[in-house]
Amino acid sequence: MKKNDIILILTILMISGAGLFVLNMTKSSGSFVQISIDGNVVATYDLSENGTYELSGYHGGYNTLVIKDRKAYFKDADCPDLVCVKSGTIESVGETIVCLPHRVVAEIVNKGEDAEVDTVSQ
Amino acid sequence: MKSKKIALFGLLIALAFVLSYIESLIPVFIAIPGVKLGLTNLVVLIALINFGKKEALFINVIRIILVGLSFGNAYSLLYSLAGGILSFAAMSLLLRKKTFSTLGISVAGGVCHNIGQIVVASFVLETGALVYYLPVLMISGTIAGVLVGILCGEIVKRLPPLND
Repeated sequence: MKKNDIILILTILMISGAGLFVLNMTKSSGSFVQISIDGNVVATYDLSENGTYELSGYHGGYNTLVIKDRKAYFKDADCPDLVCVKSGTIESVGETIVCLPHRVVAEIVNKGEDAEVDTVSQ
Repeated sequence: MKSKKIALFGLLIALAFVLSYIESLIPVFIAIPGVKLGLTNLVVLIALINFGKKEALFINVIRIILVGLSFGNAYSLLYSLAGGILSFAAMSLLLRKKTFSTLGISVAGGVCHNIGQIVVASFVLETGALVYYLPVLMISGTIAGVLVGILCGEIVKRLPPLND
């Protein structure tokens, strides 16, 4: 190992750390909330439009999704545990709320992201 | 002399191929696409040190195409190619400078591989969202590069000169 190796490694780590920091500071609030029920995407709502939506879950129950001030949350549901309601609001890309009894997943997305992201080079 | 070289190249490509397969068996614990050990970089680095740029690039491209056709798809082949060529360029540049050991060269290779891959993936998917993966991928590339670099240093020390 030479001195330059250490300098190189430290430089890369510092750049990555700075990158992480900046990305965290400027965390992109997503533009859509994507609803999937039982694994199928059933609806995508624009976060910039306030509104209330009734979702019918897998066993016929309901979840009430509210979009307000670019945040999404579940206001009400008839599931037994109400975990989705207690989950609070989501606004940043990748954040999710899951209602297991109704198999409902709400995820914040940016349009253009799709399944191909999962393709990893060997 | 020439036939020995051909045999050695075949051996190195086969080795890289097998390492790619072994690597696909190792589970990755982070849910971020592109995080991996980069064991095949070992072969490329050894070829680079023992033979030279042209030969190492040849081995690298052949193994990427072979691995892409065997285990991947058109997109993963494209990502690998971008990562492989950028990483190769960085490694041969640092090797020529002679102020870095295999450790630093390998780290540069690992990080550049991930950068090249993300850049091409961003173009293919037409999204800037992948930039969020970049810092984490750079860190994972550094760690993988350190491991591969140490391994490579030890192997090169013990190998007889291949290019005689």
